[in-house]
Formats: sequence, structure tokens, C-alpha cells
Amino acid sequence: MSSHAHHPTVKTFVAVWIALLVLTAVTVYVATLDLGPLNPIVALTIATVKALLVLLFFMELRYSTALTKVGVTAAIFFLLILIWLTLSDYLTRGWSSYIHPFH
Amino acid sequence: MPDNQVATQDLKHHFADLEHQKATSTFGMWIFLITEIMFFGGAFAAYLVYRLYYFNAWVAGSQTMEIKLGAINTVVLICSSLTMVLSVHFAKLGKRKLTAICLLLTLLLGCTFLGVKAVEYHGHWMHHEVPGPNFHFEHEGNYDPHQVMIFFSLYFAMTGLHALHMIIGAGLLIWLLIFNARGRFTPEYNTPVEMVGLYWHFVDLVWIYLFPLLYLISHSHNG
Repeated sequence: MSSHAHHPTVKTFVAVWIALLVLTAVTVYVATLDLGPLNPIVALTIATVKALLVLLFFMELRYSTALTKVGVTAAIFFLLILIWLTLSDYLTRGWSSYIHPFH
Repeated sequence: MPDNQVATQDLKHHFADLEHQKATSTFGMWIFLITEIMFFGGAFAAYLVYRLYYFNAWVAGSQTMEIKLGAINTVVLICSSLTMVLSVHFAKLGKRKLTAICLLLTLLLGCTFLGVKAVEYHGHWMHHEVPGPNFHFEHEGNYDPHQVMIFFSLYFAMTGLHALHMIIGAGLLIWLLIFNARGRFTPEYNTPVEMVGLYWHFVDLVWIYLFPLLYLISHSHNG
């Protein structure tokens, strides 16, 4: 089987595991610093890097069929649409009180 | 039993071969996980909206979280993901004993996570931070305590759903351990181990986002 040639080894898994532990230590350390609005941005960026490591190597998405890759990418895309449309509703509700285009 | 006989026994008649069967199972499992992503995604969106609306209450609620316990649980879960991926690896090589050891370690780490979570829940209970008639919250800050109750409602809903997934995962691991002991998994057929692996890593993925959102991002802010 051709898929076996690209299969990850124990070495890869251990490397990913160490990377996940290091990133956890970094994100806990950064939480103790007051970076203002940057705190959530840094924490979520680190979380996304960790999530990608889990998705690509532990869940073997990197070695999956094109169909699976397309499916998961579509899911992430729709998740972002869900968050984007929700926020564009809630964060603009106050606007109508001072923008009256027809007055 | 020769390999081709095992293969025949494990192959359902509507698949061309084992590879076709495994690809179908994997995609089916991913479709299920995608529905889970959308399901948890709704909760994350609610959390985000409320955090933007009731920022001060969110900061106050979030600062009651014990980062140390959250960090320990994150490490426990990452270790369990490693042992899970190793059990899949060994199952593919047909190493029954190593598969069993790794599955057992995953199960133990999963139970450790649930134990630490129980300690945290107990702390919230003792501090009257569980939403309901006995909810009581007095920390400095400019907010309505009712808004903190919403924070804790989402906290318990999200971590509770996550813990429920862990409990189901633990059940699946026990099932795999029994089947592995019976010698049901071979280098040709080990799809159940791989599918439970996907599920277990997904539960880890959810926690990867829950940990910073609930414990970390508001730790240094002033409400």
C-alpha cells in the first residue's frame, strides 16, 4: 500500500507531543503578563497551532484522502461563517440607534 | 488463521476491499466529528458574544479559575493523546500487548482528567459559584453578579459536555481493551482503534480551545 510509505513514525508522534507540551507552557506563561487586548489573540493563536498539530499528525489528516481533507476544511470554513455572522449581528445591534439613513 | 481468512471475515460484503472499507469508515467518522465541531462551535460563539457584552463579569468569573489545575489537565490530556496515537500505531503493527498497555494508559489519563475536573467542580460548589438559587458572587469589579452566573452557566455547560465526551471515550477504550484482548485487531483490520483515536483526539481539540478561553485570556485583565 502506498499510504504506508508516508506513515508517521513514533518519532513524529513524540516530537508533536513535546511541541504540544512546550506550547502549553508558553501559553500559561503569557497569561501571567498583561498584554491588554493581545492576551486573547496570543492565547488563541497558540491554541490554533496546537489544534493544527493534533489535526495533522495525531488525527493523521496529513496522510488522509483528499475527500477527508476537503470535508474538514469545509467544516472549519462553516465554523468561521457561524462566528462571523453571529458577531456581525450582535456587534452592530447598537448602530441602529444613531444611524438613521431615512431621516 | 491465515491473513486472507481474517480479511474475509472482517470485510463487509458491500465493500470492494479492506482499504475501501477503512476509507469509508474514516470519512464517516469525520462527518460525525464535523457535526460535533458545529455543535461545540455554537457554544463557543455564545461564549464569545457574552464575553464581548459582559466583559467585566467575564473577567471576574474567569479569574476564579485555578490555572494550575487547568494546566495539569491540559498536560494530562496531551499525554493521553500521545498514548492513544501510540495504541493505534501498535495495533497497526499487530502488537497486542503494547496496544493494550497504551490503551490502558489512555484510559487512566482520561480518568485522571475527570478526577481533577471533579476537584474543580467541588471547589466551585463550595464557593457558591454554581448557577441557581444558592449562587453567590462577591469579587471586586464593575458588573452585575447575574452576568457572572451566565459565565458559570456556560462554563459548566461547556466543560460538562466535554467531560461527558471523555466518559463516553473511556467507555469506548474499555470496549477496545476487551476486543484487543480477544485478538480481534490485526495489521489488516484495526479500524475501531483508529476511529476511537479520532474521537479521543477531537475531545483533546475541544479542550485545547476551552483551556485558554476559560482560564487564561482574562487572567491579567482588570474588570
